[in-house]
Amino acid sequence: MSDQNSVYNPTELLICSAARLMEDNTTAFIGTGIPMLAASLAQKMHAPNLVMVFEFGGFGAILEQLPMAVGEENTFHRAIAASGICDLVETAQRGFIEYGFLGGAQIDRYGNLNTTVIGDYFHPKVRLPGSGGGNDVGSHCWQTIVIMRQDKRKFVEKVDFITTPGYLDGPGARERVGLPPGTGPYRVVTNLAILGYHPDSKRMILLATQPGISITEVLDNTGFDLLVAEQVQENPPPSSAELRILREEVDKDRLYI
Amino acid sequence: MKVLQSGIGKLIQPPDINAFREWNRAKPKALLDKRMSEAEAIERFVRDGDYIGTELYGTVRCPMSLVNEIVRQGKKDLRVAGQGVFELDIILAAGLVKALDITYIGLEVYGVSNNLRREVESGRVETCVDWSNASIAWRFKAAAMGVPFIPVRSMLGTDTLKYSAAKVVECPFTGDPICLIPALILDVGLIHVHRADKYGNAQIDGISGFAAEMARASKRLIISTEKIVDNEEIRRRPDRTIIPYYLVDAVVEAPFGSHPGEMCYVYRRDEAQIKEWVEAAAQPETAKQYLQKYIYGVKNHQEYLEFIGQDRLTSLLH
Repeated sequence: MSDQNSVYNPTELLICSAARLMEDNTTAFIGTGIPMLAASLAQKMHAPNLVMVFEFGGFGAILEQLPMAVGEENTFHRAIAASGICDLVETAQRGFIEYGFLGGAQIDRYGNLNTTVIGDYFHPKVRLPGSGGGNDVGSHCWQTIVIMRQDKRKFVEKVDFITTPGYLDGPGARERVGLPPGTGPYRVVTNLAILGYHPDSKRMILLATQPGISITEVLDNTGFDLLVAEQVQENPPPSSAELRILREEVDKDRLYI
Repeated sequence: MKVLQSGIGKLIQPPDINAFREWNRAKPKALLDKRMSEAEAIERFVRDGDYIGTELYGTVRCPMSLVNEIVRQGKKDLRVAGQGVFELDIILAAGLVKALDITYIGLEVYGVSNNLRREVESGRVETCVDWSNASIAWRFKAAAMGVPFIPVRSMLGTDTLKYSAAKVVECPFTGDPICLIPALILDVGLIHVHRADKYGNAQIDGISGFAAEMARASKRLIISTEKIVDNEEIRRRPDRTIIPYYLVDAVVEAPFGSHPGEMCYVYRRDEAQIKEWVEAAAQPETAKQYLQKYIYGVKNHQEYLEFIGQDRLTSLLH
C-alpha cells in the first residue's frame, strides 16, 4: 500500500469519488449514508447549486448537519420546498431529476441491484430491508450512480432478486418493459474502481482504478466477466482540500467516516 | 386492456372502492369532540386482524404513543403497510404482524432489522409482499382518489414487480407497457401531527411525507398531536390543514408523541435511546426486555414520558 493510501480510509475514498460525480446546477435523488456525505461535500466544493432531493419531501436543502434519516429535519434545512413523497417521485417520473444515487447488497453486470433477499424469496436466507425508494430512483432518474464496496459476494453473475432495474438483460430491455427511454445506470463507485457501462452492450466496464489498485485486483473482486476500457485511468486520490472539508465540515462528529 | 404480466404476490387488502364510498358516506360530518386517550382510541378503533398503516416513519413524526399502545394491548394478526424504521420494528418484535406489504423495514444508518429477519425468515410473518416506497404511497393516493388502481412507471422489469400484486398492461392510449398498482384502503391509519383541534382538523409542519394520501385512504383514522389547539387557530391558517376533521375518528394529545423519533422544529430524535433499541433488537430476549422496560412496564404515554424524564426530554427540544 502506498503512502497516499495511508492518509485516508476506504469510506473517505468512496465519498470523495462519488462527490466528484455530482455536478453543479443539477438535480439528484439522495439516499441515507454515503450519498448524503458525498452530496454535502460536493455542495461545499464545486457544486453549491446542487439540488438535493430527499424522497419524503426535502427539495433543495443546504446540508449543514448530516441527516441520520431520509425524512429528518436536515433533509429540508433551508430548502427550496418541504413537499411529500408523491410530489417528488412524480417529479422524477416527469423527467426532472437527472441523477439518482443508490446502494445495494448485490449488483450484476447490467447494474441490476438487490436489496430485498439473499436466497429464495419465499424462504429467504437473509431478509434485507427491501426496495425503499431504490426501485423508484432506478426507474425514473435519467442516470443512476451506485456506491458500494466491491467483492465477489456483492458483484455477482446473477443477483438473487432484481429489486431495482439496471439494464435488466441488456440493450433495449428497459424500453421493452416500459421504463422511460434514455434512462439507466451511469456509474458504479467502489473502493477499488470507477465503473461505467459499455454504450452498445450495456455491460459494466472498468473505467478507472482507485489509487494503488491494479486492474487484476478489480477483476479478482468481480464475480462476472467485467469489460475493461482500452485506456484505464487512475482515479486521483482525495485531495487535501476534499479531506479537510469532509472531516472538518461535512462529518465533523465522525458519524460515518 | 391487455394484461401483459401479473405479479404473483398476494393482494393482502383488495380494494373495495364502492364499500369505501358507503363507509365514507356514513362517517359523521358534524364537528364532534373526538379527544380521547391512546388506550381508548386503540381499544375502540383497532381490532385483531386489521390492516393498519403508520406515517411518516420510525424516527420522523411517528405515532409512537399509539404504536406503543397497540403493543401494550397486544392487538394481533395485524396486516401492515410496511415503510418503517422504529415503529414497525417494535410491532414486529412484539410478534403482532401476520402480513406485510413491505417497501423498506430497516434501521437506516444502523443497518438491517433483525426483527424483520427473525419474523420473515421464520415464517411467523406469513405473507410478505414487496413494493417500492412510492408505490405504497401511490396505492394510498389511488384509494384517496376513490379509484381501484393507478398507473405508474415504477417496478417495471423487476422481481419487485414479479413478487408483488401489481399488473403490467398495454396502455390503451400509448400502447406501451405500464404498471398498474391497486388502491390500498386501510382499516386504520395512525398519523402524528404538530397540532390539531378537538374535532381532528390537523396541521403538519415541514415535509408532509404521505400524510395527505394515507389519511384519505383510511377507513378509521387516529390522529395523535403534539398539542390540541383551539378551532380558531386552525381557522386562522386553513391553508395549513392537511387533514380535515371528517377523515378523523380519534384525536389523542401526545406531547413528545414521536419520541424517540423527532418532530421537526420541536424536538430532535433521541439518539441514545435509538441506539439502545438497535443493540437490544439484535437478540429476541433483549428486544423483549426493551419492550418490557419502555412499553409493557409503563401504563400509558404519560408514564412513559415520566420514565424518560423531563430533563432528558427538555434536552431534545430545539
